[in-house]
Amino acid sequence: MALIYNAAMMVRIVALAAVLAWLAGCGDALWNNPYPTASRADNTLYTAFVERPKRLDPALSYTSDEWDFIAQIYEPPLQYHYLKRPYELIPLTAQTMPTVRYFDAKGREIDSDSPPEKVARSEFEIRIRPGIRFQPHPAFATDAAGKPLYLSLAETEIASRHTLADFPSTGTREVTAEDFVYQIKRLAHPRQTSPIFGHMSQYIEGLRELAEQLRKDNDKIVAAHRERYGAADKGLPWLDLRAYEISGVSVVDRYTYRIRIKGKYPQFMYWLAMPFFAPIPYEVDQFYAQRGMNEGRNITFDWYPVGTGPYMLTENDPNARMVLERNPNFRGEPYPSQGEPGDAAKGLLRDAGQTMPFIDRVVFSREKEGIPYWNKFLQGYYDRSSIASDNFDQAIQFSVEGLARLTPEMEAKGISLSTSVATSTYYLAFNFFDPVVGGLSDRARKLRQAISIAVDFEEFISIFANGRGIPAMGPIPPGLFGYREGEAGINPVVYDWVGGKPRRKSLEAARALLAQAGYADGRDSKTGQPLVLALDTVARGPGDSSRLEWYRRQFAKLNIHLEVRATDWNRFQEKIRGGNTQMFFLGWNADYPDPENFMFLLYGPQSRAKTQGENAANYQNPEYDRLFARMKNLDNGPERQAIIDQMLRIAREDAPWAFGYHPKDYTLSHQWVYNAKPNQIARNGLKYQRVDPALRAAKREQWNQPVVWPIGLGVLVLIALAAPAVVSYRRRERTTAREAP
Amino acid sequence: MSAYIIRRVLYAIPILIGVNLITFVLFFVVNTPDDMARMQLGAKRVTPEAIERWKVQHGYDKPLLWNASAGGMATLTDTIFYEKSVRLFAFDFGNADDGRDIAHEIRSRMGPSLALAVPVFIVGIAVNITFALLMAFFRATYLDFWGVVSCVAMMSISALFYIIGGQYLVSKVWHLVPISGFAGGPDAFKFVVLPVLIGVVSGIGAGSRWYRTIFLEEMSRDYVRTARAKGLRESVVLFRHVLKNGMIPILTGAVVVIPMLFLGSLLMESFFGIPGLGSYTIDAIQSQDFAVVRSMVFLGAVLYIVGLLLTDISYTLVDPRVRLA
Repeated sequence: MALIYNAAMMVRIVALAAVLAWLAGCGDALWNNPYPTASRADNTLYTAFVERPKRLDPALSYTSDEWDFIAQIYEPPLQYHYLKRPYELIPLTAQTMPTVRYFDAKGREIDSDSPPEKVARSEFEIRIRPGIRFQPHPAFATDAAGKPLYLSLAETEIASRHTLADFPSTGTREVTAEDFVYQIKRLAHPRQTSPIFGHMSQYIEGLRELAEQLRKDNDKIVAAHRERYGAADKGLPWLDLRAYEISGVSVVDRYTYRIRIKGKYPQFMYWLAMPFFAPIPYEVDQFYAQRGMNEGRNITFDWYPVGTGPYMLTENDPNARMVLERNPNFRGEPYPSQGEPGDAAKGLLRDAGQTMPFIDRVVFSREKEGIPYWNKFLQGYYDRSSIASDNFDQAIQFSVEGLARLTPEMEAKGISLSTSVATSTYYLAFNFFDPVVGGLSDRARKLRQAISIAVDFEEFISIFANGRGIPAMGPIPPGLFGYREGEAGINPVVYDWVGGKPRRKSLEAARALLAQAGYADGRDSKTGQPLVLALDTVARGPGDSSRLEWYRRQFAKLNIHLEVRATDWNRFQEKIRGGNTQMFFLGWNADYPDPENFMFLLYGPQSRAKTQGENAANYQNPEYDRLFARMKNLDNGPERQAIIDQMLRIAREDAPWAFGYHPKDYTLSHQWVYNAKPNQIARNGLKYQRVDPALRAAKREQWNQPVVWPIGLGVLVLIALAAPAVVSYRRRERTTAREAP
Repeated sequence: MSAYIIRRVLYAIPILIGVNLITFVLFFVVNTPDDMARMQLGAKRVTPEAIERWKVQHGYDKPLLWNASAGGMATLTDTIFYEKSVRLFAFDFGNADDGRDIAHEIRSRMGPSLALAVPVFIVGIAVNITFALLMAFFRATYLDFWGVVSCVAMMSISALFYIIGGQYLVSKVWHLVPISGFAGGPDAFKFVVLPVLIGVVSGIGAGSRWYRTIFLEEMSRDYVRTARAKGLRESVVLFRHVLKNGMIPILTGAVVVIPMLFLGSLLMESFFGIPGLGSYTIDAIQSQDFAVVRSMVFLGAVLYIVGLLLTDISYTLVDPRVRLA
């Protein structure tokens, strides 16, 4: 009995303690609220991130996971117009759009419409806005005499400081042209590897030479340091880049700088809209380089970025939560007053002219799994969400016309849907070095064309992407110059224009092409052997089997036996680099909204196997290459469009890719979120968004009232389960030895 | 006992070297330094020159295990293996490939892992022992029968089902706790209560059945019959005699996992958004971050050795016949 009694007492005590702790911990009418109660009415945007950012350094970061944060913090000279489409560059920290001047080989200035081959170098002059200030940071703190407080700290002074908050004083200063130049030099820094250094050193004059000089000097510094502190010591002294000149980049005056580019490279303007070219103050570099800063503290530039943008990173826990807060030194920026047709009707111009940013705080919570992410969105704890495949049917239904619309459940919650076609292209590549599917022979070309018809990407989109995508007619996605809508834009090798829309050619047409290629009914007419092709792909587990089976079925339509060679990502990439593949699927996301950024994927000199470039199919067509060299330096206009049309005709005919599809992004927003417009290129969209915290609080209250009866029911079930045991125990304890008859 | 502990610590050194070597070989069989560089630099516009630069900056430009071009000891020491491994023995984990301090990461992730793992461990053991004792007490009755059936049923259900089902009912339908997330201090309670509950419930089946077997074996021994013959109450027989004598197999399983609690739970932490150590190694393997992988494997091996040592020591506390020498 004592056993049961003690157990029951224990259960009661534990239950009471649990309830008390729960109430103390919650202190909130909404028990499932993951945020502090005090923040309920704050002007905060709540969102999530899946992958932790590796880097938050504008010279190193080059993924969307990282740019989602740093694009709110760092401000390059240019940005994309938030509302206008096609995408349009406008000044950000620059006062006006950069002026570009062209010079011939003798250094004489020539007209902007001179033939590209006559342009020996281009000069971009950028004038920045006066009065831009960096966010508050200890690196700028000074004493009464103007001497920096924290730039020459002894190791012992750093030892007691564990976060940036342990430096009580902060300061700021105005951004100058020197800060932009300093960041360009950081691209060549010998202690870090900027992903764009290789590319930029082909264009920016003197960047490669600077890197070489820095490397030599750094080697000396490192050798001396190791001699003094040992090889394992991490506290290398600061490498002051101000002491180095870069021949192609110069400061003209306090607010103006120039960048000299080899030849003509109009796409450089797009690079000026990326964080790689944002201003970086030397003081911050010096501050973080002090000995001891990174010793078990992570007080680094990566961990605590310093920018001029509307937000600054105030909490950096990439395992759980990242918090951006309004930068008190941000100058303010007016919300755009123009957009594309239809924006006004959608309410996207309601805040025209208002000073941004509208939101005080942005909380990013890490959600590695889709189920909690989705459910928290439905409960109102995230303001926006994408749609995972698992939840697609719950959120979206298609009308008889095939239009995507929200389900009644979503509409009842006041959720809105916005869709946009990504500036990405997925494709099936044929390796041009392969003796069967590669090359410009008629036989190989017709084989590729037949396969392009047989691989039904409409079906792929329907099965594997929930219909979220549009079939590609060429490498260029919609929304970019060079893409043509309607009949003029279809790929005539694969599609017919029927009834006002493209229709994939019949399998008979594919089989006819296959027969012309010498593989009638999937057999080599010369040898009589069945045609066996190999597809290299990345497969991670049983979940990929349906996709791999789908690939096999597409080729089986032509009686081609497909051998799927599944491997891991490293080996897959290695095979492509070595040209040891026959076919493979790949994709490309735009760096910038220019057709050059897609057409170069088929440019011969970019061959992956030959030069480690981005032409993974190793496509070689001299005529295409000649046209590309001409097209890439032209301004958008009829001449450029005509050349692009010609290039597309060649590429479609040669079919180095089976042009796959352009994915379509679906984003859901709650009714309290305003000004949310998908932008596939720019990442600095948070400053434009606005929320209504009062409406959000009311809806959360309405949707999340705790249901307490299950707790009572649970207690009753436990009692019901324990009762037979108690009765049995008591009966057994009271049982006596049976009396003798 | 001191001599025993010192001997065991010395035994640990070759074990740790072996673990380190195996980790190294397995990692570099799958990933080359070039692959690591490509992973860190991203998929776009990566030049061979950038890869070489990255390797030099991160110390991966040397031979893996044997430097034939060096002379003397440098053939062994001027290698990636030596340079990356030797500092581990001083618990200097260095920086991850993304530049972050690994020791700092481990320290900051350990707390959330423990906030989840310790309650699951303690409450789980208490619940399992209680349930097992009850089944043993009511052995060969319908209570025992249905208890065992329930245990088998609970063992057969995937942990993922408990997690998704728990989140669906408790958080989504009843709105009693947040679905995921974490906060420090007292606020942690509302975030860990559901994962702890699920952790305990999902472990009842296997744990209780195992303990029941142990207790039944003990209850069939002569000393239990003697205790009953003396007229002791059943609760005294169970708690003072059966439980105490059944502690050695329980300790074998329980104490060894105590140090491992630091390493967290991959599935729970991932689904409940708890920023612990559970996913640190997996994330590192996926991002091909050898610095983190070797550090976590090393730490895991050290903790396992410590766990085994603690188990041995705990035997002496519950069984006076055991002497460590």
